[in-house]
Amino acid sequence: MAHIGSSIGPGSESYRRNRAAMLALVEQLRDYERRAAKRSAAARERFEKRGQLLPRERLALVLDPGTPFLELCSLAGLGLDQADLAKSVPGGGVIAGIGYVSGIRCMINVSDSGIDAGALQPMGLDKQLRIQEIVLENRLPYVQLVESAGANLMAYRVDEFVRGGALFRNLARISAAGLPVVTVTHGSSTAGGAYQTGLSDYIVMVRGRTRAFLAGPPLLMAATGEVASEEELGGAEMHTRISGLGDYLAEDDRDAIRIARDILASIDWNRERTAGSRSFEPPRLDSEELLGIMPADHKQPVEMRQVIARIVDDSFFLEFGRDFGNATVCGTARIEGWPVGLVTNNGPIDGAGANKATHFIQACCQARTPIVYLNNTTGFMVGRAHEEAGIIKHGSKMIQAVANATVPQITIYCGASYGAGNYGMCGRGFQPRFCFSWPNARTAVMGSEQAARTMMIVTESAMKRKGGAVDRSALEELRLRIVDRFESQMSAFVTSAQVLDDGVIDPRDTRAVLSKVLDVCREAEVSSPQRMQFAVARP
Amino acid sequence: MKHATPFSKILVANRGEIALRVMRSARALGYGTVAVYSTADAGSPHVREADQAVCIGEPAALSSYLRISALIEAARRTAADAVHPGYGFLAENADFANACIDAGLVFIGPSPGAIEAMGNKAGAKRLMAAAGVPCIPGYQGEDQSDSRLAEEAGRLGYPLMIKATSGGGGRGMRLVRDADGFGDALRSARSEAANAFGDTTVLLERAILEPRHIEIQIVADRYGHVLHLGERDCSVQRRHQKLLEEAPSPVVSAALRDRMGAVAVRAARAIGYEGAGTLEFLLDRHGDFYFMEMNTRLQVEHPVTEAITGLDLVELQLRIAAGEPLEISQDQVHLSGHAIEARLCAEDASQDFMPQSGKMVLWHAPTHGPARLRVEHALESGAEISAHYDSMIAKLIAHGTTREEARRKLARGLETLVALGVTTNRGFLASCLEHSVFAAGEATTDFIQRYRAELLRDDPEADARATAVAALLLMQGGTETRPPLAGGALIRPLPMRLRLEMGGGGRELTMVRQGQRSYIAEGGGHRHVLDLIDFGHHRIRFVCDDVMETATYFRDGATLLLQLGSRSYRVKNLTHVAHSQPGTASGSDGRLRASMNGRVVAVLVAAGESVAPGQPLVTVEAMKMEHIHASPVAGTVRALHVSAGDQVSAAGLLAEIAIEEDAPSGSRESLSSETGRTHPPSP
Repeated sequence: MAHIGSSIGPGSESYRRNRAAMLALVEQLRDYERRAAKRSAAARERFEKRGQLLPRERLALVLDPGTPFLELCSLAGLGLDQADLAKSVPGGGVIAGIGYVSGIRCMINVSDSGIDAGALQPMGLDKQLRIQEIVLENRLPYVQLVESAGANLMAYRVDEFVRGGALFRNLARISAAGLPVVTVTHGSSTAGGAYQTGLSDYIVMVRGRTRAFLAGPPLLMAATGEVASEEELGGAEMHTRISGLGDYLAEDDRDAIRIARDILASIDWNRERTAGSRSFEPPRLDSEELLGIMPADHKQPVEMRQVIARIVDDSFFLEFGRDFGNATVCGTARIEGWPVGLVTNNGPIDGAGANKATHFIQACCQARTPIVYLNNTTGFMVGRAHEEAGIIKHGSKMIQAVANATVPQITIYCGASYGAGNYGMCGRGFQPRFCFSWPNARTAVMGSEQAARTMMIVTESAMKRKGGAVDRSALEELRLRIVDRFESQMSAFVTSAQVLDDGVIDPRDTRAVLSKVLDVCREAEVSSPQRMQFAVARP
Repeated sequence: MKHATPFSKILVANRGEIALRVMRSARALGYGTVAVYSTADAGSPHVREADQAVCIGEPAALSSYLRISALIEAARRTAADAVHPGYGFLAENADFANACIDAGLVFIGPSPGAIEAMGNKAGAKRLMAAAGVPCIPGYQGEDQSDSRLAEEAGRLGYPLMIKATSGGGGRGMRLVRDADGFGDALRSARSEAANAFGDTTVLLERAILEPRHIEIQIVADRYGHVLHLGERDCSVQRRHQKLLEEAPSPVVSAALRDRMGAVAVRAARAIGYEGAGTLEFLLDRHGDFYFMEMNTRLQVEHPVTEAITGLDLVELQLRIAAGEPLEISQDQVHLSGHAIEARLCAEDASQDFMPQSGKMVLWHAPTHGPARLRVEHALESGAEISAHYDSMIAKLIAHGTTREEARRKLARGLETLVALGVTTNRGFLASCLEHSVFAAGEATTDFIQRYRAELLRDDPEADARATAVAALLLMQGGTETRPPLAGGALIRPLPMRLRLEMGGGGRELTMVRQGQRSYIAEGGGHRHVLDLIDFGHHRIRFVCDDVMETATYFRDGATLLLQLGSRSYRVKNLTHVAHSQPGTASGSDGRLRASMNGRVVAVLVAAGESVAPGQPLVTVEAMKMEHIHASPVAGTVRALHVSAGDQVSAAGLLAEIAIEEDAPSGSRESLSSETGRTHPPSP
């Protein structure tokens, strides 16, 4: 008997009795659940005045419309906030469950900040630990919509403080497990809670609302006597521009949620499903115009976003850390449907730019997104301030990230590729999967004039040291020799002749070339040729 | 030349629906067809439909469809031996007709002489008056002095019309109600005529108020046989261009028809006319009619005449041009039933009928089914509506036993018609058809002007329903068919606060999911209960407040195009878009910071100066590069924190701009909206 037939009688008295009792219990359950929503919604006026959405509204907007959402642990803490079940509000201060964001099944954790400013409620810690366990066991990307005042000091418990460390350990391990952690910091994320933000892979901050600091103004005053505003200590603008804690600056909750959705949309998570069904839009801007962007005069800076806009699908570029180390441009886009991370330069790479690129490259590796380097840099920043700030350290981190990246890397020399910039931007020595040059590209350890001037200064001081007169004509001859030596080796035609790239391409073909090689890389990833211990031998 | 002029291959010197229309009859008679096209029309149906096609130039009509030499050359290359000019473009250009004849081609239309004679309005009137055709009393003299014109105006009496002699399409035309207004009206008519036609000659005529536009279709062969095919009533016009045309006219009796027809036949004979032509008259409320002008070509609205006579006017044109005699007599012309034509135009009725262009992403004509219409068009989904050509993109023709039947069919047909992507007058046409004055057959030429407000009236209830349906669609994610998601039955009543923009106004709408496919939509004082029945590629079937209906839609990124009944909507989903603050949409607080460490080489503004977004303010040199720092916003320079020669550190404050309150907001999605650095964004 494969199919089971019914043996109950829906018309029977016992069925009706059972049904009524069960319905009453279901209603009881829904009543408990509604309490948290209702209590949270009592804060509506306060939220709206601040231009904020309520936690459940945030959740609704982050989910794909009309898709199922499996809420988890909704009764956590029932009867533990207060013994009177008729008044208890369950939920642990967190709304969590499994839902779809930009087509990707994710775990979503939302601070229920309408209640007690998002402070953890009884069993909130246990609920979150269980949520993280599910994330790790089931390999779910993790989305956090954070707004939490942290622990309630009046209800401080040392055991929760100690056990709470696991929350942060888990976050680090989720990231390492290859599961992207995307966090919107809608409001406070302070003290211990600051690490809920800090340990995320992608962080979206909301202008005027985000507060991420280890110590707020009162504690700071108590601890060190320093006076600073909340905005100065941990506002979104400070973090996205100066500290680099925030990767994306949003204008309000809706904008922030859109960015979170865009971040997930940029990840090719369901790789098997998406491989065959790529659809895409051409760039909105004309690729023909790539001919007129790179300046004939190398001193003119180039807005490389204008290059990106003429290469990527729909000219859509989700920029990563726009305001931090802003001469280094990172972000995600698609090329004929293939997701890519793009790294390029609007100028020299400074410490912040190197750190940002390092983070971005690692995030691309986690998301298995191939990286395209559009070289246009005169190198790393120099100068006393930069040396003191550890430019070598930061550059080294970037070089380490490039060297050890686990995704296909493709390099295009669009303009200058000078000095260690060539290394940080995945020059040929770093074995990019493919490497092409635009005809105007120039590769060198440094600019010819800089090289010549350096040698002139050294030589001139040597002449002075020897007590002799400074021989101007000898210096000029030296200058010309060096300039000639550098100039004669830097052109794309010379470097290509030495197989320092895989060919010189027409800038207008960049999109087509990238699409082709991305396709090749992807096919290599999925194809499984028979490996043999011999080569096929001829008789 | 009373002899046959046979030909075998016709070059159609036109585009769009009329080119297709001509080719259809040509093919049916066994003729070969040649299309011509501008580069903008390379993919158009009329090009594919022809046996051969030749590109004749750039998109602008002057560089293609109006280039006589290119057209003659196209005929030579394809060995076409006849030319049909369609309507518009060169259809009433005597030079073109002459050029065709000189090149040994049969011009399908009247002689160049007839075209020329009717082309000049004043001349045409003199000719017609001489032939005994009633003309509006007026002055068409050569003396164009202000004093003489004023004197003649006084003699004619008011109200009167001033018309440019070379005018057309309502340009160079002024209504003058009394002597006081004459001088100004004359000046403005002349200047408009000078700009449009390069000719300031005007004529004066008595104004017929609230007239009907009645025109008589005639056909004449080269053997003196002239027929009239009854009248068309084209009174419903906007900006002096026809919108609805019908045959017969609801106010023309059989006796009046005979009288007008006889006059038209007489007129055609008087000028030795050959081919199809139309005499346009104004009919006043007393049943008196006056000649306005003669169109020496096929009219746009010829299908209504075809519908009630059963004749194919293009076929008649071709037979006449080949020298065949007309086979029917006036007695054999029978009028059967009633036909109405609506001109679908790419225009925005609510913006003073401003022409629209763009991509018609979804197009479907109601040419099948029991209530099918004749639809003349050259459209398909994805077609580009070019700004280079006339805004009329299709004609819908309904034929019924009675006027009421034809009117009903046309109104329903307009609802069924799918035209999404470019704003059209679909809804406006439906309003006209459904207006009680038109329904009663009482529309005169001032119908649209007079009832404009009623015809354009908003329907807040319909708009609210459309918003709810748009929201229902947005809740379905997209048009992409996705595999059923595991756990699809898990419903959480999470209220989704959508923010939509429709017709310029923002609307907040909360969608609460009630069941698998049902929602309550609430917002703006409206509440709708919605159930999704069927979600197709471009169609959605739903129940809204207990009534099941169907809507057509197209998703274009964050914009949803929706057609519900006779109304069309463009709905923007702003649910995930920030509430932009005035002046700070670019995301700036007005502070300009250095993009990197460097030395200030130039400060390009002074404190107190007002600046535009993207205007360069400070140049910083770093690493041998000059970095221009541009104003992120529109406003006034409140403070400058650096001067030339200063060393600045990355993110160091350079200047502060007091943001202008109502400054235009920048696009946040744009890749070039980078604030406060490098070059100003390109447009």
